[in-house]
Amino acid sequence: MSRNALNTPDLTVGQKLLHIHWLFVILLCLTASIGLAMLYSAANGNLDPWASRQFARFCVGATVMIAIAIIDIKIWMRNAYLFYVITLGLLVIVEVAGTVGMGAQRWLSFGYFNLQPSELMKISLVLALARYFHGASIEDVSRPTYLIVPLLMIALPSALVLRQPDLGTTLLLVMASGAIFFTAGVRMWKFGVVFVAAIGAMPVAWQFLHEYQKQRVLTFLNPESDPLGSGYHIIQSKIALGSGGVFGKGFMQGTQGHLRFLPEMQTDFIFTMLAEEFGMVGGVGLLTLYGLILVYGFAMTLRSRNQFGRLVGAGITTTFFLYVFINIAMVMGLIPVVGVPLPLISYGGTAMMTLLIGFGLLLSVWVHRDVMIGRRGGDGV
Amino acid sequence: MYRDSERHKLFTRRALMLAGGKSVLMAALIGRMYYLQVIEADRYRTLADENRINLRLLAPRRGRIVDRFGVPVADNQQNYRVLLISENTRDIEYTLDVLAQIISISPAERRRTIRGIKRNRSFVPVTIRENLGWQEVSRIEVNAPDLPGIFIDVGQSRSYSYGADTAHVLGYVAAVSAKELTGDPLLELPGFRIGKAGIEKVHDKVLRGSSGSSQVEVNAFGRVIRELSRNEGQPGAEVAVTLDLGLQRIISKRLEGKSASVVVIDVRTGDILSMVSTPGYDPNAFNRGLKTSEWKSLISNPMSPLINKSIAGRYPPGSTFKMVVLLAALEKGVITPSTKFFCSGYIELGGSKFHCWKKHGHGKVDAKMAITQSCDVYFYEIAKQTGIDRISAMANRLGLGVKTGIDLPGEKSGLTPTKKWKRGALDQPWHQGETLHAGIGQGYVLATPLQLAVMTAHIANGGIAITPRLTKLVKKQIADKKNDPALLQKSLGINKAHMKLVQESMSEVVNNRVMGTAKRSRIKELGMEMAGKTGTAQVRRISKVERDGGVIKNKDLPWKERDHALFVGFAPVHDPRYAIAVVVEHGGGGSSVAAPIAHDILVEAQRRNSIGTSADTTANPGPVTMKENLAKVGEG
Repeated sequence: MSRNALNTPDLTVGQKLLHIHWLFVILLCLTASIGLAMLYSAANGNLDPWASRQFARFCVGATVMIAIAIIDIKIWMRNAYLFYVITLGLLVIVEVAGTVGMGAQRWLSFGYFNLQPSELMKISLVLALARYFHGASIEDVSRPTYLIVPLLMIALPSALVLRQPDLGTTLLLVMASGAIFFTAGVRMWKFGVVFVAAIGAMPVAWQFLHEYQKQRVLTFLNPESDPLGSGYHIIQSKIALGSGGVFGKGFMQGTQGHLRFLPEMQTDFIFTMLAEEFGMVGGVGLLTLYGLILVYGFAMTLRSRNQFGRLVGAGITTTFFLYVFINIAMVMGLIPVVGVPLPLISYGGTAMMTLLIGFGLLLSVWVHRDVMIGRRGGDGV
Repeated sequence: MYRDSERHKLFTRRALMLAGGKSVLMAALIGRMYYLQVIEADRYRTLADENRINLRLLAPRRGRIVDRFGVPVADNQQNYRVLLISENTRDIEYTLDVLAQIISISPAERRRTIRGIKRNRSFVPVTIRENLGWQEVSRIEVNAPDLPGIFIDVGQSRSYSYGADTAHVLGYVAAVSAKELTGDPLLELPGFRIGKAGIEKVHDKVLRGSSGSSQVEVNAFGRVIRELSRNEGQPGAEVAVTLDLGLQRIISKRLEGKSASVVVIDVRTGDILSMVSTPGYDPNAFNRGLKTSEWKSLISNPMSPLINKSIAGRYPPGSTFKMVVLLAALEKGVITPSTKFFCSGYIELGGSKFHCWKKHGHGKVDAKMAITQSCDVYFYEIAKQTGIDRISAMANRLGLGVKTGIDLPGEKSGLTPTKKWKRGALDQPWHQGETLHAGIGQGYVLATPLQLAVMTAHIANGGIAITPRLTKLVKKQIADKKNDPALLQKSLGINKAHMKLVQESMSEVVNNRVMGTAKRSRIKELGMEMAGKTGTAQVRRISKVERDGGVIKNKDLPWKERDHALFVGFAPVHDPRYAIAVVVEHGGGGSSVAAPIAHDILVEAQRRNSIGTSADTTANPGPVTMKENLAKVGEG
């Protein structure tokens, strides 16, 4: 009886709301408020043009997140392939009729808002792969032929996103998918093979990179070679970070940011601004917050009693981690400049939406942690 | 079910590995942060400051130049400029149109403005016009609401109130040329001016002062956000020149229309009271920048207005050289003051005739009479007996043929020929006939008006060495009193009795109402007097045919072929104070043209002295340095 109660999705909306991991939500809100404070500083102490709009987006996004969290996880699983196909279709449309912005074809314009299908794909691909591996036994996963379909599922959108061109999102898609493959139980040596193959393919891939992408890699390897050109951003970012020291220059006192030496400080380089104004203390503080979010996400994932939920959790947390790592490593000059925003902090609606939808799914995994799902999506086994 | 728990276990294992990997990467981020923000923090802090802090030089205020009574002769004037900041105006063309209705803007100025706007960032002010009048400034201010982005700015610009009167002495300032850059960033400041000639050049460093600086915070585009600190620097020191501005201006006026030079020197101190060279030029024009046409007309003027003739004009001294020859002959002992020669109008030497200016001769003349009447034959005779090398040596001692050492750039040394000189310069032996020519200040002998004035001063002060000078003391500089040349009573070593004879002879030139060549320029004013010597320097050769048929009058010759008119003199005759040299290029006769000028100037100088002394002790205290100096002179 008790098992039946746990097994059925018959919780009321109110009960589900109670089951939401509110501490996790509070951590998200805390991070987002730091983001709002930084946007306020970036606008020289003005709510406009960034902080107020970002706040509105976060409110909308958080509502969506809660809504997603209380929708039965089986619904997400059943429609996983559908979402995937639709998103893939949108990617094709963007390829044909998308709006060009920042030198890449990324958006679909729908009057009031712009849709970036590559962002949606980050969610859809996680859902589709999780559903695929949900039905796989350990033996299935160990068969190489079994991996052909999911590999194709990664390859199609990756190729389309790469064509836009958006190397950052492509890498994110591939790496998050890798995490799902890994946690689904794909043998270690296969990752080894892929890794070696990737190294081997690098010279070939280099030929296919766009000029600006090559430039970014070269600049990363030696930013001082072109201090006023493409190396400028990263040099100025490092100066800002370094000059912040341990305790920073104080809120709204960052010279690099406020005197406009820092490029794009409201978006990709917002971490630099935070570390300049609040120093290493601020930087480590934010990393701790991110760490807590990852720890709780990890805990929620492990607690799920269905493979779909666990794999979704692994995919979402890894995507989140990759956002954080790539952005911060980039602004600190550890990796080449890749246009990846700092989650929950950088100004921008699309990334915020993607993340909150992802966290909505993660919360749904938590809310429905005791739901058992059969191999084909039925109740139990 | 057991299958899922197996998968769950595998998932958990793999997820933990993944989390471990993520933790390592997070740790890497913190490590990097530690490296940048703790280990390298100082370096990056410096770099951040270099980014945001700009050091801007502040041009020091140029020191004034004042005359001996403290009257400013070179000053700084406020220069009102109208500027435009393009980002503050919506339509640049329209705004300029509106401005053009209020003040006049030439098409060239407009073009330059548009070019400046295009070249600079939108917040950089671009100058539209400089040197606005008060009316223009007030009209712009009144219409300010219709002129967005337009504003008025006050700068400093050099101004010379007395223009051409003082131009050659003071020089002028102008924009720094590429050759003059020394690496001092001050010189590279836009609009910075340095001294290009005269006192402005000689004392440029003193007048310039030292630059201040302003530390400003700028943003990535170079816009100034705020000033962090400011160091005003040291304004240039004031320089007092020895000129008597009043006398200088009177002389300048007296020489109007002539290509001439006058130097008035204090025989006791070497102070240059006046140094005028005409025609002059407007030094203010150099400061604001000359138009090509202005420059061409200055360059092509045959009277060379740009040249300071007083120090760079070299003239045959003519009869003004005769004192030198007489002193040399007396020193060598070839004659005594009473030795007489007979002048028949010419002497013959090696088959050529050397003519006296007086066709039928002076008869028997002694030294005093020879000077008084300027008898050429007498000087042919004594020059021949003295020899050119001794004459030149005496000339050098009196200040000819060597640079006087005045504190002005571009001084010429003139020429006192010697046998050795001719051998070296022309590779020819010396002819005795040339000694005869030199004996009357013709031939190779050349002197600047300043040298003639110094020579006369040496005669007037009885043979005490002086160095002419234009600056006594530079204010704020503590003068080393021991090195004040005015106090060094160094003798030239010339026999006092000979000097006395020459002084008396020169007095006769003016004051001998019958014989004196400058008798018409005798000073009749009570209590004033002067002595002097006329000179008429030939610039062309007079052929035998012409001499026989009558020498062509100056007024019938082209300007360039006319004689130079010269006069050197001193006043008062007893206890001399002033020495003067007057040279009028192609002016005609020394007695008819130069002597009257000297007369007028020396009258004025003596008149000013009597007024000046009383004023100096009572009403007008003048600069401290000057008073001290006068006191010293009094003791000496």
